[in-house]
Amino acid sequence: MIRIHCPICGQRSETEFSYYGDATVKRPDEHDTDPALWVDYVFTRDNPRGWHREYWHHVQGCRQWLVLERNTLTHEVSACHLASEASS
Amino acid sequence: MKRLTTGGRINRDTPVTMCFDGRDLPGFEGDTLASALLAAGHKTVGRSFKYHRRRGVYSAGVEEPNAMVTLHEGAFREPNTRATCVEAQDGLVAASQNAWPSIHLDIGAVNNLLSPFFSAGFYYKTFIGPFSGTGFWMWCERFIRRASGMGRAVHLPDPDTYEKVTTTCDVLVIGGGAAGLSAALAAGRKGARVILAEQDTVLGGAILSDPMGGESDFWLKQIELELHTLPNIRILTRASVFGAYDSDTYGMVEHLSGCEGQPRQRYWQIHAPRAVMATGAIERPMVFGNNDLPGVMLAGAVRSYLNRFAVLAGQTALVATNNDSAYATAIDLASAGAGVTVVDTRTEVPQALREQAETAGIRVLRGHAVIAARGRKCVTSALVAPLDQNGEPLQLACDLIAASAGWSPNVHLWSQLYKTPEYRPESACFIPRALFEAHLQPAGLVTAPTEMAQIITDGFARGSEAAGPDGDAGTVPESFDGGPLWSGNFSPVWCAPGVKGKAFVDLQHDVKLSDIDQAHLEGYVSVEHLKRYTTTGMATDQGKLANVNALARMADLQEREIAEAGTTTFRPPFTPVTIGALVGQDHGAHVRPTRRTPIHDWHVAQGAALTEAGLWKRAWYYPQGDEDVGAAYRREAAHVRAHIGLVDVSTLGKIAVQGPDAATFLNRVYTNGWKSLRPGRIRYGVMLREDGIVLDDGATARLGEHEYFMTTTTANAAKILADFERRLQSDWRDLKVHVTSLTDQFAAMALAGPKSRALLQTLCPDVDLSPDALPNNSFVEAIIAEHPVRLHRMSFSGELAYEIYTPSGHGEPVWQAIMTAGAPHRIIAYGTESMGTLRIEKGHVAGPELDGRTTIEDLGLAGLASSKKPFVGSVLRHRPLLQSADRAQLVGLLVEGDEGARGGSLIFAKGAAPEGHGEGWVTSTTYSPALGKYIAMAFVKNGQARLGEEVQIVNLLENQTSSARLISHHFFDPEGERQNG
Repeated sequence: MIRIHCPICGQRSETEFSYYGDATVKRPDEHDTDPALWVDYVFTRDNPRGWHREYWHHVQGCRQWLVLERNTLTHEVSACHLASEASS
Repeated sequence: MKRLTTGGRINRDTPVTMCFDGRDLPGFEGDTLASALLAAGHKTVGRSFKYHRRRGVYSAGVEEPNAMVTLHEGAFREPNTRATCVEAQDGLVAASQNAWPSIHLDIGAVNNLLSPFFSAGFYYKTFIGPFSGTGFWMWCERFIRRASGMGRAVHLPDPDTYEKVTTTCDVLVIGGGAAGLSAALAAGRKGARVILAEQDTVLGGAILSDPMGGESDFWLKQIELELHTLPNIRILTRASVFGAYDSDTYGMVEHLSGCEGQPRQRYWQIHAPRAVMATGAIERPMVFGNNDLPGVMLAGAVRSYLNRFAVLAGQTALVATNNDSAYATAIDLASAGAGVTVVDTRTEVPQALREQAETAGIRVLRGHAVIAARGRKCVTSALVAPLDQNGEPLQLACDLIAASAGWSPNVHLWSQLYKTPEYRPESACFIPRALFEAHLQPAGLVTAPTEMAQIITDGFARGSEAAGPDGDAGTVPESFDGGPLWSGNFSPVWCAPGVKGKAFVDLQHDVKLSDIDQAHLEGYVSVEHLKRYTTTGMATDQGKLANVNALARMADLQEREIAEAGTTTFRPPFTPVTIGALVGQDHGAHVRPTRRTPIHDWHVAQGAALTEAGLWKRAWYYPQGDEDVGAAYRREAAHVRAHIGLVDVSTLGKIAVQGPDAATFLNRVYTNGWKSLRPGRIRYGVMLREDGIVLDDGATARLGEHEYFMTTTTANAAKILADFERRLQSDWRDLKVHVTSLTDQFAAMALAGPKSRALLQTLCPDVDLSPDALPNNSFVEAIIAEHPVRLHRMSFSGELAYEIYTPSGHGEPVWQAIMTAGAPHRIIAYGTESMGTLRIEKGHVAGPELDGRTTIEDLGLAGLASSKKPFVGSVLRHRPLLQSADRAQLVGLLVEGDEGARGGSLIFAKGAAPEGHGEGWVTSTTYSPALGKYIAMAFVKNGQARLGEEVQIVNLLENQTSSARLISHHFFDPEGERQNG
């Protein structure tokens, strides 16, 4: 079980969190109407073996969205920040 | 086989009587079921998996492959327990397995004669050949499955209770032998919070197999005394750490059987940032002909039975070894009065050891190996041959063969975390690789040390390191004479050339040397494939006994080193874990939480039939007399249209959207515009996903300048809140908006029917409810029977209707007040079934239509998609396929006949053959009391242009076809005169 150090709640078990997905994708400007941009944003994802930056939600805790640096190979979590404070 | 009159660690003052295969089995407290069986002379205790060969107790620990028994009776029955791990208890009932009618006369033993047909890959081959596809093999399989296998599981609910514990500590020490005790001591002295977990009933590990009263016993007592003085050490016995997981998580099962009033087992989830793995080693079998005969045992186990349980496993023993460790067994057996011959594969045996053995009267045959055991029901002699094959085999009479081909460190937990262990050729075993950053560090026998002192100093050092830099661990306990270890002078011979008869590599699965050879001939190269093809090391063995020997054979055949052949990696659990322990209390109604609305108790008191909506319990219908659901919903729906009804809609998702940018936020998440909505007004809205598909719908009220009250569907409430939170905390950080779930904070009920205004007016005489003051889609605050409420005038039923919101604690009194005041108007409570009927009649979409595949155009709601502003999904909803003209569109169906349509039925054009996916599908269906007909909502290709057309509704599951006419899905009062009046 992965343990995640939530900046609000401290070290908590994976079962309190829900996974969302890739945190490196950036939502296009809402006024941008180029479908290719939006298709990329919605559907195109890398599937890295190794370090991955991803959104998790502390849904059973403080309900903050978090950005984790997680190794997809070892499940090691090297960093966890509030999404609201993460550099985009 | 006999119990010695003195000695052992059993409590002779507390005899127990157990029952094995229907006969009394005496024993003592401190025995295991296996030691009691041996003491009572039970040579055969089970039959083997495939060939039904006689099997006796082979080991003294968790690695036991043979003595698998079924414990208890009736609903308490537990198959496939290892007799070597079962504590002797008064009244314990155990039975042997895989034999009929008994282990002594087993019909299935005919399999032994048929063994050529049950070779490696047997199952894979059964389904090919001349009978392939004829069903013949399927017919045979029933008999094969019945004949092979282990104990049978019970099909009754488990009457035992289990519990789960989650805990943390600084240092977890796994294993309570010399290394683990030293580790716990060092960490404990430094003040760390330590959990010491030992799977046995008492601490000591291998020390318990040493003779009583020796140096090791004294050492053990000293350490135990000190450990008990340290309050920061928690010692758990009967506690097996079975899994090492990501981060700092370990799974452990604690057995509590026999403790009155306690659960049977307790599942621990332990979070330990550092752990010491002092899990010891398991002895490896020698492979020779008939090496599964009762009377062939592991050498270390023979010593355990002798010194710990005072059971002498044989009078004339042959100790077969390739290393020093078995000499301890030989010497202890000789001291107990047995005649002992050591058959050592090595030509060079350390001088001191040889002298010690010979002084004890032991004959030592060097450079020899056992090639076969002989005997019908148990060992009566052994064939021993010189390894250089220079000379004839000798036949030696014996009733016990105690064998040791070295030891395999228990690297399982380490391997679960760090994958492949490292092969150490000089002791022919796999040990954990040195990983300095690893938070699970091995110590003791698991690292294959050559000196006893090393076990203690390493254990102590690992414990001290794990506790961190602070504190003082003091001095290392002095070592003791622990007898010879295997890893010093080791010869990697585990199978002599010229073995005779069936030589088993895996006793539990009846995998023979020849099966490995056959797999090799058939081209199996990878050890992972070998394992699965031959089933070596599977089931409860999990690579404990069989792995290294199988690998060694494979490597030999491939003319490679074992290190090159590699090993399988291990997965949890190390020892079997009952599902009950993992489940704990989470079964039946406790699998998931139950959500009840604030008015739930009223519904139950009124005899409402309940239905489940996600986690919610909802009132489905309120039967009168012996009404079924069909009759009840017709009555309720008709009554609402004629008079008035009240329905509990508290399960609706409710979200407070607050902040200066709230309107901008709503503009982004909804497809329609929100800037123009004035305070006091309500608007219906549709949300899309980013990919342009409809996500959800609902109404949102503007409570104030910066405050909105949103409702979502019951099903999507949690998902939508989480989605809002994500956007506001990531992409939309620029918006000053806060969203808060109010779902549980507010009760909601819908009052619908032509009398609803009149009734509300009597309850709230001071509030102007006239159509001018409170038109449809607006709200007003009011008081009902001293309770604060908000009256939202809006309609899901198509009737004049109000949704009444009140804080949850006021829910039931408000509901009661309305029902009481409504009596003169003939008010009824109605349930979700008739609510569904009313909304279908009105043509409102709900879950079956918002199925994650439909677009806003498909639903006929395109008018709600603004072209003046961007919103979630506003770009991708224009993807060509989503805009295609022949997409299925929402239509109504007027169904012929008196059956109605089933949801999910397919729609075909009239006269078309019902093949393929059809031209659409039925979503929601009901009998409409208002129309007096069965109606349904459906998606039909280009449906809006085909209104009036006759179609077929085909239910392929129940093989039913009916016909229907496509009409507008706004079946009832399409102009909305009733709701807007």
